[in-house]
Amino acid sequence: MAGHDHTDPPSDIALRVKALESLLLEKGLVEAETLDAIVELYEHNIGPKNGAQVVARAWIDPEYKARLLADPTSAIAELGFSGVQGEDMVVVENTPEVHNLLVCTLCSCYPWPVLGLPPVWYKAAPYRARAVSEPRSVLEEFGVDIGDDVEVRVWDSTAEVRYMVLPERPDGTEDLSEEELAALVTRDSMIGTARAGQE
Amino acid sequence: MNGIHDLGGMHGMGPIDTEMDEPVFHADWERRTFALWTAAFAGGLFNDNESRHAIENVTPAQYLAKSYYEHWLHSLERVLVDKGQLERAELEAAWSKAEEEAA
Repeated sequence: MAGHDHTDPPSDIALRVKALESLLLEKGLVEAETLDAIVELYEHNIGPKNGAQVVARAWIDPEYKARLLADPTSAIAELGFSGVQGEDMVVVENTPEVHNLLVCTLCSCYPWPVLGLPPVWYKAAPYRARAVSEPRSVLEEFGVDIGDDVEVRVWDSTAEVRYMVLPERPDGTEDLSEEELAALVTRDSMIGTARAGQE
Repeated sequence: MNGIHDLGGMHGMGPIDTEMDEPVFHADWERRTFALWTAAFAGGLFNDNESRHAIENVTPAQYLAKSYYEHWLHSLERVLVDKGQLERAELEAAWSKAEEEAA
């Protein structure tokens, strides 16, 4: 028989995924329970609320903060957050003199245990292209006002290291509880595209 | 490897498109793809570098045109076949079966 001797994948991507899932289950290469547990974990349990707890603790406990900066992976694990895409963490601290910004120009490296899965814009070409060449203009687009006298440091993830920003504690929060402080810590404030407490 | 995935500093990519209250997944197939990839990775069917290589090993036009989880799906299929975990013929049979069931 002449012509094609192979089958093209379904044009409907949902069918293509369903086909692969059925095949992997049938061959016993993955288990249905594992798939459900992964979805539950990353859709409902792991996310920026984890990182916010780390930041709030660092704001109220100077000893914890010192450990967080010196040995981030262990200090983050103290609060129960560890695992895939967080095996080698580096925490960079924002100060009145330095503002840190995270990117992964090559792909989508992101600290899953503390921030969950990355938003689409973080994985898309415009942010990855521009964060390293014009970080101040990117920050302006995100509504972060950075003075000319403030140094901007851009951290481009490697295949192994995962970064997290320790944002500055907002002024006027001296009387807040740890829980109230954590509520001020957004996903973007730990990427560096926002300040903590920024509306 | 130098390639289209190395986007740092590239011009002409347009504005950054953020989404308020973004869901973790935008469609069920993205959710299933993420779960399949992560389960296969956790199960040791391939490693990080093998997967990364499979994602980067597409043409530049495809790299920019396809969505994030489409890359994950294609790379997962490719790496499982390359590693001998799946036969290409098995995958094609599964595609045909899924199309028939949906018809």
